[in-house]
Amino acid sequence: MTLPTESRSRAPRPRGARLRLRWNPAALLWVLPALIMYAAFELYPLTQTVRYSFYRWDGIGVATWSGFDNYVRVFTDAEQFASVVHAFVLILFFTVIPVGLGLVAAAVIRELRRGPFASVAQVVLFLPQVLPLAAAGIIWTWIYAPDGMINGFLRAIGLGFVTRDWLSDFDFALPAVGVIGSWVSLGFCTVLLLAGIGKIDPSLYEAARLDGANRVQEFLAVTLPGLRREIVVACSVTIIAALSSFDVIYVATNGGPGYQTLVPGLEIYHLTFTSQQVGSASALAVVLTVLILAVVIPLQRLGRRTG
Amino acid sequence: MRVTPASRATNVIVLVAFMLFTLVPLFGVLSAALQSPDSTPRGFSIPWPLHWENFVTAWNVANVPPLMLSSGIIVVGVVPAALVFATFAGYGLAQPRVPFGRALSILFVGGLALPAEALVSPLYYQMRDLGLLDNRLAIILPLIGLYMPFGVFWMQTHFAGIPVELIEAARIDGASSWRIFWSVQLPLARSAISALMILYFLWTWNQFLLSIALINDPLQRTVAGALGAFQGQYSTNIVLLCAGSLLIIAPSLIVYLIFQRQFIGALLQGSHR
Repeated sequence: MTLPTESRSRAPRPRGARLRLRWNPAALLWVLPALIMYAAFELYPLTQTVRYSFYRWDGIGVATWSGFDNYVRVFTDAEQFASVVHAFVLILFFTVIPVGLGLVAAAVIRELRRGPFASVAQVVLFLPQVLPLAAAGIIWTWIYAPDGMINGFLRAIGLGFVTRDWLSDFDFALPAVGVIGSWVSLGFCTVLLLAGIGKIDPSLYEAARLDGANRVQEFLAVTLPGLRREIVVACSVTIIAALSSFDVIYVATNGGPGYQTLVPGLEIYHLTFTSQQVGSASALAVVLTVLILAVVIPLQRLGRRTG
Repeated sequence: MRVTPASRATNVIVLVAFMLFTLVPLFGVLSAALQSPDSTPRGFSIPWPLHWENFVTAWNVANVPPLMLSSGIIVVGVVPAALVFATFAGYGLAQPRVPFGRALSILFVGGLALPAEALVSPLYYQMRDLGLLDNRLAIILPLIGLYMPFGVFWMQTHFAGIPVELIEAARIDGASSWRIFWSVQLPLARSAISALMILYFLWTWNQFLLSIALINDPLQRTVAGALGAFQGQYSTNIVLLCAGSLLIIAPSLIVYLIFQRQFIGALLQGSHR
């Protein structure tokens, strides 16, 4: 490995020569292994996804050019379009609810910070984050089952008439899988926001107190503005999780009943591996990627501007 | 303290409610797993006697030892290689005056928000053409590639934050680029690398989509991927399904409870991208 050379001479040189001297091509050797793996198993497949999306292909036979047909189908095929809509509905459960409740939990933990109770609460709330999402799906499948915990509880308190097979119910299946997402994300959002609260200047709370602010006013005037950066991060991470959800829904409902809980990730999987419509699957994959970028990039800008 | 006893009590109640929301499903599964093996568990009941032997049955039926081994092999195949490549690249890109350095950084960062779903079909055909579909390499190779954007970004951010004076001092002492990396930079990067290691471990151990899509044989998959197959086989035997699922998540739980501080720290830093 050669030493990165520092150009010490300040004497004027021809532009090209100076550039060559100041460059440090040896540094590229360090990047090479990562670049090869990234190019071979992410960039190359990505170009293939884009390429497949313009063809009709069953994965085995000859592919025929189909122009934008597959893209048109993403928005005209009832099933595919529903999957995209469901992904956005899930943002309510994966992002809005956990970030909202996480703000409450973080504010509460901040006030309790002296007790060991607060740290135990953090560890407990964070726990679902380290489990495989597939396990979360299996756990909740049992909770939602006709004889599962929720229905058992409802019967015990005399609400037997509202019991149902939650994951097979046309109206409740999507919110039900959504709640699984809330369960997974709540602790993550709480701990992230709590870390953010720790960075807020304590004198701001002091000032709010001197002004006679009550807890709600203090939360709105000090905590919330101080957490903008953390809220943006929590939203970005959980929105990506909502739009590209797969594991939980594959395990809990596999998209059913009908296609009430179908999401793009699952539809891509089914189109590729069950119905062998690789072109359609790829067009949906491209749309999904574009949607994720369209939501996350502006959000990140917002975070950077304020942070 | 300004917090009155009454508001302290509300705080405790709110927090207990959140903790119950998190824990009750897990206890629900545990109670189902301890019911009589031939029964169909019902709702909200505490089983008696406790049928701990269900865990022995599930241990054998769910093939727990070979699955743990399989996940272990995949982790060993992915994590060290990904750590080394990401650290090298992060170091290289943090150097001054790298040709196309900025373009390369952007190229890597561009992969951050890319969902695995966008790559799963081409990866499948790529692995089929390489003849790897029944081999753990079919998931090891793509995972290393998929982990590069985050890892490179992570390590580059770390190395860029190291004061230049430190490196200049070593350089004036005549240390080579490799020597500076090995004896100055690497020791300073310990905490960044160990946080990255925790993230890579979790993402690999819990990998589901690529595991079920790219490996036909459940016994070659990650534990998470095998859960899918296990659920398909035993969806009617709730007692066994719950016991098996608990066995499969037990190692993550135990490791988390031991290293909770590091896990929480790593996942939090990891999200600030």
